[in-house]
Amino acid sequence: MDTREKDIEKLKDYKYGFTTDIENIKAPKGLNEEVIKFISNIKKEPQWMLDFRLKAYERLKLLKEPNWQKPKYPKIDYQDLYYYSAPKSMKDKPKSLDELDPKLLETYKKLGIPLQEQARLNGIAVDAVFDSVSVATTFKGELTKHGIIFCSMSEAIQKHPDLVKKYLGTVIPVTDHFFATLNSAVFTDGSFVYIPEGVKCPMELSTYFRINASETGQFERTLIIADKGSYVSYLEGCTAPMRDENQLHAANVELIALDDAEIKYSTVQNWYPGDENGKGGIYNFVTKRGLCKGNNSKISWTQVETGSAITWKYPSCILKGDNSIGEFYSIAITNNHQKADTGTKMIHLGKNTKSKIISKGISAGFSDMTYRGLVDINSKAKNSNNYTQCDSLLMGNKCGAHTVPYIKNKNFDSNIAHEATTSKISEDQLHYCQQRGLNPEEAVGLIVNGFCKEVLQQLPMEFAVEAQKLVGISLEGSVG
Amino acid sequence: MSERLQSDFDKLVKTSKFSNEEIQFKKNFLNNFIKKGFPNRKQEDWKFLDISQIIKKNISDLSYFNDYSQSNKIDPSIFIDGLEHNKIIFTNGRIEKIDFNFEDQNKIEIIDKTKKDISFDYENSLIDLNSAFTDKVFKILIKKNYSLKKPLIIYHSTNDKIKSTNINLRLDFELGENSCLKLIDYFANNTAKNFINIFYNFNLEKDSILKNYKIDKFINNNLKYSFNNIEQDNNSVSETFILSAGSDYFKNEINCNLNGEYSSAFINGIFSLKENQQHEIRTTINHLVENTKSYQLIKSVLGKNSKSAYQGRIFVNSKAQKTDGYQLSKAILLDETSEFNAKPELEIYADDVKCSHGSASGSLNENSIFYLMSRGLNYQQSKELLINGFLMDVVEKITDVEIKNLITNIIGLKQ
Repeated sequence: MDTREKDIEKLKDYKYGFTTDIENIKAPKGLNEEVIKFISNIKKEPQWMLDFRLKAYERLKLLKEPNWQKPKYPKIDYQDLYYYSAPKSMKDKPKSLDELDPKLLETYKKLGIPLQEQARLNGIAVDAVFDSVSVATTFKGELTKHGIIFCSMSEAIQKHPDLVKKYLGTVIPVTDHFFATLNSAVFTDGSFVYIPEGVKCPMELSTYFRINASETGQFERTLIIADKGSYVSYLEGCTAPMRDENQLHAANVELIALDDAEIKYSTVQNWYPGDENGKGGIYNFVTKRGLCKGNNSKISWTQVETGSAITWKYPSCILKGDNSIGEFYSIAITNNHQKADTGTKMIHLGKNTKSKIISKGISAGFSDMTYRGLVDINSKAKNSNNYTQCDSLLMGNKCGAHTVPYIKNKNFDSNIAHEATTSKISEDQLHYCQQRGLNPEEAVGLIVNGFCKEVLQQLPMEFAVEAQKLVGISLEGSVG
Repeated sequence: MSERLQSDFDKLVKTSKFSNEEIQFKKNFLNNFIKKGFPNRKQEDWKFLDISQIIKKNISDLSYFNDYSQSNKIDPSIFIDGLEHNKIIFTNGRIEKIDFNFEDQNKIEIIDKTKKDISFDYENSLIDLNSAFTDKVFKILIKKNYSLKKPLIIYHSTNDKIKSTNINLRLDFELGENSCLKLIDYFANNTAKNFINIFYNFNLEKDSILKNYKIDKFINNNLKYSFNNIEQDNNSVSETFILSAGSDYFKNEINCNLNGEYSSAFINGIFSLKENQQHEIRTTINHLVENTKSYQLIKSVLGKNSKSAYQGRIFVNSKAQKTDGYQLSKAILLDETSEFNAKPELEIYADDVKCSHGSASGSLNENSIFYLMSRGLNYQQSKELLINGFLMDVVEKITDVEIKNLITNIIGLKQ
């Protein structure tokens, strides 16, 4: 096989592995005060934002990288990264989609994300983030009618400073752990959503993240605020080109739900996982945290994690308001040399709070998967309930599946129930499917989809179909 | 702290008859301990209950020197009635008596073990402390094909003659092929504010059976730590039962290596805690070969200001296909101030396994109480009956009828 053929072969496995040849503006390499000022300056940020960043940077100097996680990785040289990279054509921000660099539009077309509003059929408002900047946000007019703010973070800092100032860093403070603080110092862009009181967002909001430039880290920051009695469903998708180096992705996502509000956050994460020998791939070290601030609020996380060389994240809920609800549905699939250490934290502070955790892990090849979760019921969280179920499926004896739940119950009125199982696909089920005419791969696909059903049905329709296909693709070649 | 350790160690060396080699061994352990210090919550295994803080709060400064050359008087009032048994009596950390009167003396050998090496990897600094300050270490060998006729009871007692606030003791057991030992650890402490550090080593050869019952029933103000290391060969069985109720602090740690096929390990535990008690059970079961089995059941009843923690870990090696592993922990919280922590952990590298765990905690079921009250019981009686049933479940797992009855009586449960 010559190299070209090999490349084509490769592309078949990871169809988002192409790069877009586009001119970039980059910040100087390295992490220091100058770079932070450079980022702040190029984005024309107000002084308070720069202060926020510098405060985080001061704190970062005192922090050490955590190392308690299961998947170990070679040390990252933080001075050898670009912290800002943007397509040159974005320097003078295009006013409408027509002015957008056609190359960018092309890229998103290849990814299957229509930015042109003609693709209205889809009915999803998209904010597309390319390396460090948000390139386009669709359906703005429709959303503005309802008073919904959906824009890039940089735009929000300019246009809605009061809201940003009030909520940014309230769920993930600048003094949090290493990666979150790093993000606070150098974050470049991301999405900002504000749903006003009593509004039910008429369409799904979505952000599409793409890492294109090499040697960059992507540090996006998303902030979603659902005001009293509002509802929003938010989707997030990610891809990256195939490179032999490991790239860092350390995002912060903050959700705030006020009284009676509901936020549904779904992720389909398909970053480049590295090749079959474990070379390259994205380090996905993301901090996601939701605060149920008001009474009767609800936050629900759904994630399908199939990509990344290492996934290390715990989307969490802080249930502060009385009667608030936190949910976490997750499918994590690791194949080849992928590693994942993921799970959730449910922190019950308010009365009558409820949480539910459904986690499905599938590991194949030489991969390693850990579910790590915390359920903490505070002494004041009277009459709270938690139910946790985490199931793992193993394919082959070269991979590992681990479950590490932490359970803390400090309230005698509250109940916690936890169940976990680890098993393999039963011979009987396989036999039954094959008897009905399916080949072994199809049979495994069918059984795995059944295993994941509880989580898949939580996803919005458009995503569910994609996710189901992704599950099948991720496990290709792991059977037999 | 390190000066105190050093000077107490020097005193110990002066008063005892250790060989030079032994002293060298002990010195190494002492240096290890001085380097590491007491474990604290920064270490994952001590996350829930921080022993260095607890010692500081309850005892403040520890002293370590005990004069092992002086014998202590045995107090016969601590002995268990109604059950014929063999005895080993520890008083203030010194073995006062080893008595196998009911057994064939040719089948049991007591070896004054000189070498104090530790054959497994550990990070635990309390084992270093133990190894540095223990008296002579005895190894009890049960010979091939011999089952002890009567159970062996080890009495852990302290009296007011005690000099140090820290006591370290260790015993090694070797169970020959097809042998059987029933072992009861019985705690009878007449002193308060001591930190007692116990270390047992068990080696189970082919087809042997070990049944170990640890009974800490009587309220006392001591802190205890117990570590059992169990190595199991083909087809051997170990059964451990823990009643954790009496001391201010008690952490039972069990490390079990299933090295032989068809070997199995069972761990059952009861926490019955009252005011200000803090207890923990931590288990590590390593399934290293095919067809091994483990089962764990831990139940807690937690009163005012009490705290219990269960950290269970099942490890399955990639070779250990057909493993069957199960953990279940349940807790009833009786008061607003009680707290239950659990970390049931599975670490699995083989695919053809059946491993699961469950954990549930909450208050007593109001419906059940209502049911019983509608049958004429009062609130208190209903509550007691439900707790009785909850705990009886664990006691029922004890396979030896005589000991089961004994333990039921000691706990005060109704059958």
